[in-house]
Order: sequence, then C-alpha cells, then structure tokens
Amino acid sequence: MRVSLDGPDGWARGWIGKGQRAPVRLRRQQGGGGVLVWAGIIKDELVGPFRVEDGVKLNSQSYCQFLEDTFFKQWYRKKSASFKKNMIFMQDNAPSHASKYSTAWLARKGIKEEKLMTWPPYCPGTTSEQAGKSAPCQGCPNQKLCASGATKAPDPAIAEIGEKLSTVKHKILVLSGKGGVGKSTFSAHLAHALASDTTKEIALLDVDICGPSIPRIVGLEGEQVHQSGSGWSPVYVEDNLAVMSIGFLLSSPDDAVIWRGPKKNGIIKQFLRDVDWGELDYLIVDTPPGTSDEHLSIVQYLSATHVDGAIIITTPQEVSLQDVRKEIRFCQKVKMPIIGVVENMSGFVCPKCKNTSQIFPPSTGGAEKMCADLKLPLLGKVPLDPRIARSCDEGRSFLSEVPDSPAAEAYQKIVKTIQDYCSNRVTEEQSTI
Amino acid sequence: MAVGILDVDLCGPSIPRMLSMGRPDVHQCDSGWVPVYTDTQKSLALMSIGFLLEDPDEAVVWRGPKKNALIGQFVSDVAWGELDVLLVDTPPGTSDEHLAVLENLKKHRVDGAILVTTPQAVSTGDVRREITFCKKTGVRILGIVENMSGFVCPHCSECSNVFSKGGGEELAKTTGSVFLGCVPLDPLLSASIEEGRDFTQSFPDSATFSAISSISQTLLNSLQTD
Repeated sequence: MRVSLDGPDGWARGWIGKGQRAPVRLRRQQGGGGVLVWAGIIKDELVGPFRVEDGVKLNSQSYCQFLEDTFFKQWYRKKSASFKKNMIFMQDNAPSHASKYSTAWLARKGIKEEKLMTWPPYCPGTTSEQAGKSAPCQGCPNQKLCASGATKAPDPAIAEIGEKLSTVKHKILVLSGKGGVGKSTFSAHLAHALASDTTKEIALLDVDICGPSIPRIVGLEGEQVHQSGSGWSPVYVEDNLAVMSIGFLLSSPDDAVIWRGPKKNGIIKQFLRDVDWGELDYLIVDTPPGTSDEHLSIVQYLSATHVDGAIIITTPQEVSLQDVRKEIRFCQKVKMPIIGVVENMSGFVCPKCKNTSQIFPPSTGGAEKMCADLKLPLLGKVPLDPRIARSCDEGRSFLSEVPDSPAAEAYQKIVKTIQDYCSNRVTEEQSTI
Repeated sequence: MAVGILDVDLCGPSIPRMLSMGRPDVHQCDSGWVPVYTDTQKSLALMSIGFLLEDPDEAVVWRGPKKNALIGQFVSDVAWGELDVLLVDTPPGTSDEHLAVLENLKKHRVDGAILVTTPQAVSTGDVRREITFCKKTGVRILGIVENMSGFVCPHCSECSNVFSKGGGEELAKTTGSVFLGCVPLDPLLSASIEEGRDFTQSFPDSATFSAISSISQTLLNSLQTD
C-alpha cells in the first residue's frame, strides 16, 4: 500500500520520529513522494501498518523478508494454533506476491492451498448483485457474508427507479464492447424510427457521461434542461421524442466531464430517478463502449424494473468482434437478455462505380459467424453511407433525409424486428398470467 | 529504437491482436512483470490486460477503483527496461483510466498526448472535451490526427468522404493545436491489423504509409527538440 504524503494543496505532510526535528518543508511545485506501508485486516483487528524502508524495492525476496520481519515475527508468531489453523492469508496479484518464489516461501510457512487466497480477478464486488453468488466467489472467505446480502445495503434509489419507470412499457439498452462502431447513431435513429408512429411516446437516455454525442446527433446541441416540481424535464426533439443527456447540463461544448466511477454512477441514478419521463412506450438507453461503471450502474438501477433486452452493435472486423464478445459475456453475467446484434459499417458501395469494398473486413466471418457461434440473432447489416455521418453532424434523421438508401432500408428492417420482439414479449407475459 | 506500448484499455484491449501477439504468458522477474516482446531484438514491448485473461472472451467488468489499481501496477510494476518511447493507448473518454495513468506517470515525465479523431463533428465534438482534459491535467497536446479521412475506391480511385472531411484540421485550428495530418480509410490497413501483420512492412508504397510516416516523423522531431 503506498501512502502519498502530498496533500491536494501541494503541501507535504509526514511522520516525524520521536526526538527528531521537523525538516523544512517547501510547498512542492511538482513531483511528489510516497511512503510504502504494509497493513492487514483480519476480523476487527488491524495488523501493522509496517513501513517499508525507504529505497527498498519490493521484489519477491525483499517482500518475503519484509513479511518475516514484520507480519510473522511481530504478529503471527503470537497467535494461537487454532487461530493459525483458521486464518486465510489474502494478497493481491502484484508480481512480488504471486511469484513462484513467494508462493513457495509462504508454503514453507504453512500458508498454502486453501490458506493462501489470491485476489479474485473477477470479484463481482461486495455490493453487486452477484456478490457471493458468482463462480469466482467460491472459496472466498467473504462468500457467505456477501451472499447473505449483508454487504450490500440496498440502495433505496433502486426501488424508487422501479416505481418511477413502471410507466415505461419497453426498455432497450444499446451496447457495444468497442468504441466508434455507431452505437449513438443507431440509438438516435432507432428512437426516430419508433417515434415516426406519433401515437407512441419515445425517450432516449444518453449515459455516455464523458462523450455525450446524442444532443448533436438529434439536433439539440446547446439545449439546456429545466427543473420543475416533478423533476428534470427532458428536451424534446419531436412532440413524442424526449432526450436526456449530460450534454444538456454542460455550459460549453468544450467542457470535459472528468469524473471517476462513483460520480458517473450518481448522475446515472439521477437520470433514471429524477427525470420526469412521463408515460413512455419505449425508453432507449445509449451507453459508452466497455463493461464498466456506467454499464454496471444501469443494470443495477434498472434491476427493479423489466428491461426488454440489449442490442449489441459491432462492425465486421475481428478487432471489433473481440470486444463485442466480452460485451455479450457481460450481458450473460448480469442476466440481460440480448435482443440481437447489428453489424454496422458493413461494406461500402462506391457512389461512382457502384463496386462494394469491405473497408472493415469481416476476416473471421463478421457478426454473422459470431452470432451463429453464440446462437444470437443477427438483426441486420447496415452498410457505410457518407450521408449518415453528414446527417448526424447536422442533427437530422438520416431515415428522413435519404429514406430510399440501402442503409435506411436496413435500419427500418432492424427496427421492425425490434418492435416485434418487444410486442412478442408482452404477448408471452400476458399469456402466462 | 526501443518502444513500449502500454494498453490501458482494460475493457477492450485490442493491441495484442493488432500486433499478432497471441496469448503468451506474462512472466515475472525480480523487477516485476516482463512485458511481451514482438521480436527477438526487443524493439517493441507490450503490456496489456489481454495477456492476463485466461479466456479471451471474458469480460473485465470492473468499476473504477479496481481499474485504477491495475493501471498503477502496469505503470510501476512492469520491467520495461530502457525505452526510447513509451506509448500509452487509452480507451475513449476522460475518466478513471485516464486519471489513473496520469497519476501514476506523475513522477515520470509525460511528453504529451496525441489526440485521434475522425473527421465528423460528432467525433470532434468529443475530442474537444479531451483537449480540455489535457489542459486541465497539464498534459501538452503534441497534435491532432484525423483518422479515417476519406476512402479511395480501389476500383475507380474515386475519393469518398465516408465520415466527412476536414473536422480534425479545423479542430486543430480552432483550439490552437498542431495538426499532425490525415490518415485515410484503407482496407489494406484494416486487413493488416486484423491479421496482425505489420502494415508498414507490407505496404510501404501506399498513401496510408506515407501519411503515418510523416506523422511519426513530425512527432519524433517535436520530441527531440525538447
């Protein structure tokens, strides 16, 4: 554990040994320092902290020697045999901890097999839905505690959101493992297509906190949200198409949202709980690429509601599919149904000679093969069309601008499949009542 | 020249495949993790979470703090050895990974950042925020690259601006940054990356190669004049 002595104001603080004088400290201009300490926690006891001597780099040998001089000699030795029998030693996978040398050294001390726990790489987190229940939890000393639910105080917002969104008939997430594949473009145009039926109420929620593209794509850049007694009002593209994005909360297009996970989670919670969506037929959620805070939060906060499923966007090449498979695994892990996969940027027809080029080559069979292998529906393939980028830049619906283009036709077919999926789900539910 | 690549895109680590690295084991030595080398001369080293996953399709579903911890280890506990340049590939955004990398590199000198955009406004709109991130965190902007800038049809040589054109150059102008150049959309480049082949070796005469070379030369010049 490395402890920084630098305060955020640039002043350095430290510990002074007994009888020593405080050295002169200048406010640092740059650089900084750290103190390396080792500490352990068992039950309600704190072991250490023990400071690593300055200048000592912890490789396997020095790590083991350090443990010998501090943990073993000063603490472990004093414990009873029955305590030692039940104690499990847990360390993270730092190279000096996990090396063959250290593992063998600890084994000689009797710390081996079930008494030596490495950091579970796929720990779902003590507050997650899967805490204590997933495969990596097997053997973890906290498993029973996590599984009992004691570690996670249920966030009251989850129930509130469940209540708030009970008037939303269908919820769809748009995901991808990879960036730049056209998620936001797809989400926006899905929303436009669904809203073309003016009897339906549609909403588009953009939870890409760092790169909120939706306002521009739907032509609402520069708009701001208003607060009323019933919460935040979303911004309307059409009478029946509402949009919410952090983009509407930023005062300048240059503003960067430099937030860590917890703060991003907070705004997502607010978007779901505090926006006055009203009665909706469809809520579409556009996400950033990846499988991280935003995705976990959305799934967590929507856990008290029913989500129809996720649409996964990819481009044809393996570099994309590689990440998309991870996204599919994520959905499976959190039990999110997958409505299907859309292969975007699937071929380009030259406007002059009409020949097709595979700019992003499906070298491993594209989404078609991936879907066949994973038994997922391929909702459709959308070709590259320069007019899509232009429409998005100008904030207009590509489906209205060039409705007869192959790309627009592909989109419309995909949208129809999604609508059928959602209505079939309703029919199934009604027939089981 | 000895170059290292640190891939801190933990959710979507693409570099191992692009460099045809397969899935070698990562070994440990006394000074830490040994990076994976692309060649016996050790001219290009790589560290990525892609090497640490047992199952390549396994999702890394981590929240920020855990990502920060691994990135910290990648910076401090990898035995890079002597390098001329360390390139850090980041995921999109301005969040945990970016902050973690900068925090951990604080004690070393960060020469600067290259910002990559595609030409259309939807892209440059996000890159403007990345520019703000760099300014706020004190990272010098070495320049802006406009990627996927135009597609030349291999059949008839007609150039189509698939993702619009010129946005990167305009962004550089309006923000006072250096414009490093345009890289066109090239199916040969995509195919090389897919197969993990070195495009610069396979297609040294292509326009794409000249574009990439010129950008890297400009960068090297600006690094050397510091």
